[in-house]
Amino acid sequence: MKTRFDAIIIGGGILGVSTAYELAKAGLKDVCVIERHYLASGSTGRCGGGFRQQWSTEANTRLAMASVKRLEGIEEELGYQTEFFQGGYLILAHSDEDVEQFNKNVAMQQRLGLGVKTVTPDEAREIVPFLDQTKIKMATWCPTDGHISPFLLTQAYANAARRLGVEIHLWTTVTGLMKKSNTFFVMTDKGPYECQKLFNCAGSFARSIGEMLNVEIPVDPYRHEILVTEPVERLWNPMVISFGVGLYSRQEKNGGVVMGMGDPNEPVGTYVGSSMHFMYEMSRRFTTLFPKLSGLRIVRQWAGLYEMTADAQPILGPVDEVENFYQANGFSGHGLMLAPAVSQLLAELVTTGKTSMPIDDLHVRRFRGARTFHREKSVV
Amino acid sequence: MKIVCRCQDVTEEEVVAAIRQGATTIDEIKRLVRAGMGPCQGRTCRRLVSQIISRELKKPMAEIYPPTFRPPNRPVPFALVMAEYERQAAEDRKKAEKSARPDKAAKPAKEGKHP
Repeated sequence: MKTRFDAIIIGGGILGVSTAYELAKAGLKDVCVIERHYLASGSTGRCGGGFRQQWSTEANTRLAMASVKRLEGIEEELGYQTEFFQGGYLILAHSDEDVEQFNKNVAMQQRLGLGVKTVTPDEAREIVPFLDQTKIKMATWCPTDGHISPFLLTQAYANAARRLGVEIHLWTTVTGLMKKSNTFFVMTDKGPYECQKLFNCAGSFARSIGEMLNVEIPVDPYRHEILVTEPVERLWNPMVISFGVGLYSRQEKNGGVVMGMGDPNEPVGTYVGSSMHFMYEMSRRFTTLFPKLSGLRIVRQWAGLYEMTADAQPILGPVDEVENFYQANGFSGHGLMLAPAVSQLLAELVTTGKTSMPIDDLHVRRFRGARTFHREKSVV
Repeated sequence: MKIVCRCQDVTEEEVVAAIRQGATTIDEIKRLVRAGMGPCQGRTCRRLVSQIISRELKKPMAEIYPPTFRPPNRPVPFALVMAEYERQAAEDRKKAEKSARPDKAAKPAKEGKHP
């Protein structure tokens, strides 16, 4: 088995495989992805599957817009069906503070050229039937947002990467890292590997990977639970989010309604078990907004990890401490939707030293010392 | 055409195609072709899928990694979940009230007996 590569990527989630694909496409010869379990077995395969461009910071909105533009052509480029569907995103405002913040967001997003608008409660109900419109004051609507199957997108990237010669080593756990005269030594339970460039796409475990090279990567995992109902006839197309009630919900291609929420009392940790409390709380929140759907049956619940940073924005690019050690982690629950753009930018940075969009603000050094940063507010 | 998963209409060919793409476990196949994601949660198909994996990869059945089992055991409506949770909460409150009643509570220590 080959163990010497130009680049090794730790993590077989969406970021790992998309980065591998982009690197190979940009001309890097030997690229290898090392994954502890199987593809998309971590946060990627447990996520809600939405992609949106409605963000509260300009940088995130630009990045998301680039990502969606790329997603529009992804099935053709990778030659794989991914259940890509631009059903839109409807974000509900419940309070006057929400209304004020959303108006600001929409003004900024429109300035960047995004097709987004505010809608009245009655218009919102037309977009999402069954919604109790008396519970909301306003909503924002972007029809080019949507959702995609996380498994299929990961598999699409992985298959395309393999065709370009990328090796993907599954069921291989990284146990230690060392750098000696410009070569990284990657210790795993299947034996040692060597490479010139190392990528930390380990998601919730990015901090531990960083620690192996004495680099602090301030990423902390928090459990988020999610459930899916039995398949029913098409109810609505968009992803509905409410920061006030605290939920997001979409109907999958096969008819099941997926919904999830965050719990502010969740401690830091990598536990991904399910709880009865979530099942109750989710039922309560969902039927508050959609009282007529209280007879819908829950088929399955599960949990995944949001890898959070202090400002809810990703850590991207090189680090100051170790040369050729690149980061693409800390996506704070939005890795799937940003990966198509981010992986491309990372590949540009590695192969040409420049990026077509500025990513300096996402450098990990923003967390070193006492610099201030802008927290992304639009996080469920 | 042989149906493997009745809930999601997954055929044997689709499962084999997933294995050809590199899947080696029931969980990976579930994610790629949805076998086991329906109302029965894989009760019917999980054995069939593991047999197909065993046959295709020439591995004994004992080496096929079992899938994750997720709650609930059977599909339950939102309304029922809420009703049951609230019933239990009410019961817990009753219990707490009962144990807080003066006749059941520990007797207060007599004054002047402290050393």
